[in-house]
Amino acid sequence: MSKTKKIIVYILLIIGAAGMVMPFAWMLSASLKTNVQVFEYPINWIPDNPQWHNYIEIWRQIDFLTYYKNTIFLTLVVTGLSLFTSSLAAYAFSKIEFPERNLLFLLYIGTIAVPFQVIMIPQFMIIRNIGLSDSLWALVLIQAFTPFGVFLLRQFFMSIPNELSEAARIDGLNNFGIFTRIVLPLAKPALATLAIFQFVFVWNDYLGPLIYLSSDSNKTIQLGIMKFMTQYSSDYALIMAASVVAVVPVIIIFLFLQKYFVEGIAMSGIKS
Amino acid sequence: MKFINSFFNNIFKSSDSGVLTSRNRKTAYFFLLPNFIGFFVFTLIPIAIAFFLCFVRWDFSNPMRFVGLQNFTYMFTDSTFRIALKNTIFFSLVAVPSTMVISLGLAILLNKIIKGVKFLRTMYFIPYITSMVAVAIVWNMLYSPSMGPINSFLRNVGINNPPGWTASTDWSMIAIIIMSVWKQIGYYMVIYLAGLQGIPSHLYEAATIDGANSWQKFKYITLPMLTPTTFFVSIMLLIGSFKVFTQVMVMTGGGPGRSSNVLVYYIYNQAFVYNRFGYASAIAFVLFFIVLAITIFQFKKEEKWVNYTG
Repeated sequence: MSKTKKIIVYILLIIGAAGMVMPFAWMLSASLKTNVQVFEYPINWIPDNPQWHNYIEIWRQIDFLTYYKNTIFLTLVVTGLSLFTSSLAAYAFSKIEFPERNLLFLLYIGTIAVPFQVIMIPQFMIIRNIGLSDSLWALVLIQAFTPFGVFLLRQFFMSIPNELSEAARIDGLNNFGIFTRIVLPLAKPALATLAIFQFVFVWNDYLGPLIYLSSDSNKTIQLGIMKFMTQYSSDYALIMAASVVAVVPVIIIFLFLQKYFVEGIAMSGIKS
Repeated sequence: MKFINSFFNNIFKSSDSGVLTSRNRKTAYFFLLPNFIGFFVFTLIPIAIAFFLCFVRWDFSNPMRFVGLQNFTYMFTDSTFRIALKNTIFFSLVAVPSTMVISLGLAILLNKIIKGVKFLRTMYFIPYITSMVAVAIVWNMLYSPSMGPINSFLRNVGINNPPGWTASTDWSMIAIIIMSVWKQIGYYMVIYLAGLQGIPSHLYEAATIDGANSWQKFKYITLPMLTPTTFFVSIMLLIGSFKVFTQVMVMTGGGPGRSSNVLVYYIYNQAFVYNRFGYASAIAFVLFFIVLAITIFQFKKEEKWVNYTG
């Protein structure tokens, strides 16, 4: 490729990237302005007089700390539980020969295609009947056992050669030993991928919390910023500050672990 | 097919291997149990109930009443349902091809360079991992018809009558589509990039020797070799497009009027605002059948255009 061509490619890609991050830059800059300054044009990207107190203000106006705590609780418990139960099930589906294995696995992958919208109403009924509506545990129960996690891990476990587990069996390890000492350590990348996917999904989820969590003390960060937006609809700068606070943890996690993200996505795209 | 065959083989095999089978089965169930209980109660049972709910009228407070196919026949006369379906299809028809073209284009450009690939990929990917609620709120402000920076910019370049975006019945769907495409192109770009990297370079070398230009290489090598990726991407995008919800809820609330009402938003409203659980379930099943039909149709046509000879 000639040099000019290369420069054109770079220019196009940089313009595109600027377009991708522009809304975030605008959000960040607006969060440090006064309400009057937010919509000034031409855009003053770096505010002359940054209103850092906006970030203190939002914690005072609305109970963000509780929303944060709830969201962190949910992401940790759901991610932990789904890693634990999915990896066990994936082991059974990939490393143990039993008669109903394929039938059961077919049941799992068959349900992946069913949209959440189909089952959300019956799920709501079930949760209500066991007395868990308006509780964080409702979301734990409906999100921690998704068949997707089992499917993802099972695909990865299949690629671990059976010779390894058979050799371990001859050396006297039982299934549980093979699972914890051989399969899990080898499957770290897949486990990391599932963990990140779950983390991001739970942190960003809106429909689930919207259905289940009604009292303020149970709300998540996504419901919190929606509430903020409706209550303080003209406090543009504060709304932007709240949005920044809501997206920053995920962006940080992503920047640190993006390797697993990208590999996971590429894997799901190629192997499908 | 292979899968189903081996599945039946396994069933017949199972009868003759005694002790080992029963021991394996015990261990397997032990491993499966923690996940299966949750899967059974919160996925399998709900699917069965959902099917049943399609045929009843029920609002939690009054007793359930069996109404046969009434929920489905009612849909034909329900103008909001028709609008929501039409808007969803419009979303799909515009957002899916635009996402595919843009993300493929970006992947091709990104595949041409070496320095800075990781950095640029990160930039493109960030919208995908951030919360839909937060970015929808930001875009709503960007779209603000009177004060928003988008219209300020448009006025500045001489467009005196810029669109009303989310506040206008004509533009609300377009506004949602632009934002949705922006949010997801990074993800599909990464998938396409992986696909491009899987194309063996000797194909391009041979084409160069034969005197092919860049367009010919793209048309006769890149596109055909990418068909498995395109197949995957198109299915994911189509399914996803029929489930569009959060951005509609946050940005327009289905409005102005009913101009941006979509199926999932309508299902949500019917179920959790109006407590029409039967009708909402019936619409959800229609959604499911549409998604299923698209997937089956795609798989049926797969042989015609997808090339797996790598």
